[in-house]
Amino acid sequence: MLRDITLGQYYQADSVIHRLDPRVKLGSTILFIISLFVFDGAAGYLVAAIFLAFVINLSKVPFRFMVKGMKAIVFLLMITVVFNLFLTPGEPLVAIWKLKITREGLRLAVLLAIRLSFLIIGSSIMTLTTTPNQLTDGLEKMLSPLKRIKVPVHEIAMMMSIALRFIPILMEETDKIMKAQLARCADFDSGNIIKKAKGLVPLLVPLFISAFRRANDLAMAMEARCYRGGEHRTKMKPLHYARRDFIAYAVVLCYLVIGVAAGYLEPVLLAMAGITGGVSI
Amino acid sequence: MGIIKVKDLIFEYIRRDEEGNVEGITTAVDNINLDINQGDFVAVLGHNGSGKSTLAKHLNAILYPTEGTVWVDGKDTQKDEYIWEIRQTAGMVFQNPDNQIIGQIVEEDVGFGPENMGVPTKEIWERVDESLKAVGMYEFRKHSPNKLSGGQKQRVSIAGVIAMHPKCIILDEPTAMLDPKGRREVIRAVRALNDVERITVILITHYMEEVIYADKVFVMDQGKITLQGTPREVFSKVERLKELRLDVPQVTLLAHALRQEGFSIPEGVLTKEEFREALDHCVDALF
Amino acid sequence: MPIILDKVSHVYGQDTNAPIKALNNINLVIPDGQFIGIIGHTGSGKSTLVQHLNGLMKATGGNIYFNGEDIDDNDFDKKKLRSKVGLVFQYPEHQLFETDVFTDVCFGPKNLGLSKTEIELRAYEALKLVGLDDEYFYQSPFDLSGGQKRRVAIAGVLAMKPQVLVLDEPTAGLDPKGRDEILDQISKLKKETGITVILVSHSMDDVARYVERIIVMNRGCVMYDDEPREVFRHYAELEKIGLAAPQVTYIMKDLQAHGYDVSDDVTTIDEAKDEIKRYFASLAAARKGNG
Repeated sequence: MLRDITLGQYYQADSVIHRLDPRVKLGSTILFIISLFVFDGAAGYLVAAIFLAFVINLSKVPFRFMVKGMKAIVFLLMITVVFNLFLTPGEPLVAIWKLKITREGLRLAVLLAIRLSFLIIGSSIMTLTTTPNQLTDGLEKMLSPLKRIKVPVHEIAMMMSIALRFIPILMEETDKIMKAQLARCADFDSGNIIKKAKGLVPLLVPLFISAFRRANDLAMAMEARCYRGGEHRTKMKPLHYARRDFIAYAVVLCYLVIGVAAGYLEPVLLAMAGITGGVSI
Repeated sequence: MGIIKVKDLIFEYIRRDEEGNVEGITTAVDNINLDINQGDFVAVLGHNGSGKSTLAKHLNAILYPTEGTVWVDGKDTQKDEYIWEIRQTAGMVFQNPDNQIIGQIVEEDVGFGPENMGVPTKEIWERVDESLKAVGMYEFRKHSPNKLSGGQKQRVSIAGVIAMHPKCIILDEPTAMLDPKGRREVIRAVRALNDVERITVILITHYMEEVIYADKVFVMDQGKITLQGTPREVFSKVERLKELRLDVPQVTLLAHALRQEGFSIPEGVLTKEEFREALDHCVDALF
Repeated sequence: MPIILDKVSHVYGQDTNAPIKALNNINLVIPDGQFIGIIGHTGSGKSTLVQHLNGLMKATGGNIYFNGEDIDDNDFDKKKLRSKVGLVFQYPEHQLFETDVFTDVCFGPKNLGLSKTEIELRAYEALKLVGLDDEYFYQSPFDLSGGQKRRVAIAGVLAMKPQVLVLDEPTAGLDPKGRDEILDQISKLKKETGITVILVSHSMDDVARYVERIIVMNRGCVMYDDEPREVFRHYAELEKIGLAAPQVTYIMKDLQAHGYDVSDDVTTIDEAKDEIKRYFASLAAARKGNG
């Protein structure tokens, strides 16, 4: 069911990564993603893999749990890989009927698979170890300079965090309404696209009505608790950089330097491996 | 003047049809007077559409009177400059547990009110901890609200209000969507607040068994207060309550039925012990 | 058409490291025309159980037979089953979506592929069965009161002419007036149509007055399955699992414990009244005999 998607859901644990400032995690995730696109040799990805393994280990989130969350996007990953594998022109390796796998295609496909899965794992470490509230807090603080040019940063962050809070509730609701309509013999699966779209009306109308009702209730509850926008507001969990945050930045920096260095050194290393390999033969 | 005073309150709203033309005017609250003392436990009974929720929303400045005045801690709710003070003095808990929890972690939700009020960070934490302890939810402070039961969610909502240090807490049918266990949990928490913290409680409900412990009960029907008094006084009007189609505790009903059969049992019997004692007297009278 | 559950189990999250047994070896026979109450607190498995009856959930173990046929057979018509075993969910008014009441009730029969006349006839009958006046038929369902909306939603299931009507917490969120009205209406339509009705609830008080058989669920198992008064005999055990017998049962127990020679075999106020009257009459007779 829909509820089983664990991608990006907070995983409660007590680890260094959990305690890091969300800004560090946000910033590092962005740097990590950029690094994935900067590196393009095996050595770089080896460094990235070691770095990921190190962080996963620190985060105390079971690797199995992460992989389970990835199931939903494996399909997407496969498609991109297959497309790249078969549709990249170049020096053919294997030809099956009209499909050709080229050396360049293989390289690109492997590269893409690594990049995408690292990207997903990397960003899910952030969402798994950071509550959505901390995340929005971090975002709010990072973007706060934009307030000067009248960007409603606080309001955007608040909206995001409310949306995140209601996603699981609305998913459950969808499930319930779907079952209720199935009990009335509704058909969500058969027929052509138009019929299928029409079939969604009995699901979507109640869902929207419910969402509006909830929004209305929530607005009232927030007002009753003195909510009046970002002014005069204090923070229960204000963001302060601690020593571990600076260390984390340093670690990420080290990772970048080593990764880039490994990229430069790769031919040298390969050459050395080639020599030793040659000797052993 | 008590913590809450309502004088000649009338609230009307205009019904409109689909094109926005005026169809008519509904008087949801019709000429209500209330005076509630600090530390009281007050229950407001009535079924859906009796105007009890509309009344509740006036006590927290969510709705404003069409006519008449509402004072919370001596402050007129219609004066804009008092609005935040009033909302802090008279906290409100709503019916649907899912639609009033803003935070994604229990403690963050409880901190929401104090954050809005501009309470310093250190004090927010103190308030959050003591509020969660007061409703017995402290051990769940790191949990996601989605994983809690209905009764637990409502207790978190109550903690969220207490953290604002209100003098008065208004609960608008807090148990309507809960199962019996959840209902008991919430009522126990509310009674403890009233007994221990001396917070004024205004409990709006349609469950009779929840009002037995109240100091005063108001029964509303069609926007008006039709019965008021101590629980015993109100429950002695069994016929009137039946007419209003409100639930009366079974022991009260049984006592009433026997009384009509000629047994000398007083009206307004509320517990099975009282009932037994009354029957003991009937037995004594026989011999 | 009886429903037979044979060693039915349901486990959530079987492939995870923390599977939850929602149903554990349930054996039940639901014959035609019975009025049954299924009682249990939140999480006892009662909602999971009823979703098996119309094939919305598939048992992870055991078999369910409807009219002698296994509902999990590949050639079994699930759609037909759902029309024969009508399931009304908790807060059913949340499923309403059409612009007027009548069209909404037509949704079920329309899905069955019936003729237009038949659809409208059934919708009309169903709305009559739930006691909704004609004046509401062409109003938007969203303008109705809570109790009326719920009636429309129940009619939406009744219009498929089910032989078994299952209602999951039909009184949740209603006030006492609305609750009594809905329960009276269900009891009335039970009498009129003679179909099997299953009420799922966490409130003994609601159910005891109406049903002829109570199934108590606890932790995914059937704990008791008997006539109401037999079930209430176990009031102490019921208490332990967060359920309670009707308050009169406690009153009578209390009297018994204090030397009153009254039977605790009562479930309604009228029965209690008669029992106490009987006791006093016997006391008076004994006194006369003595004097």
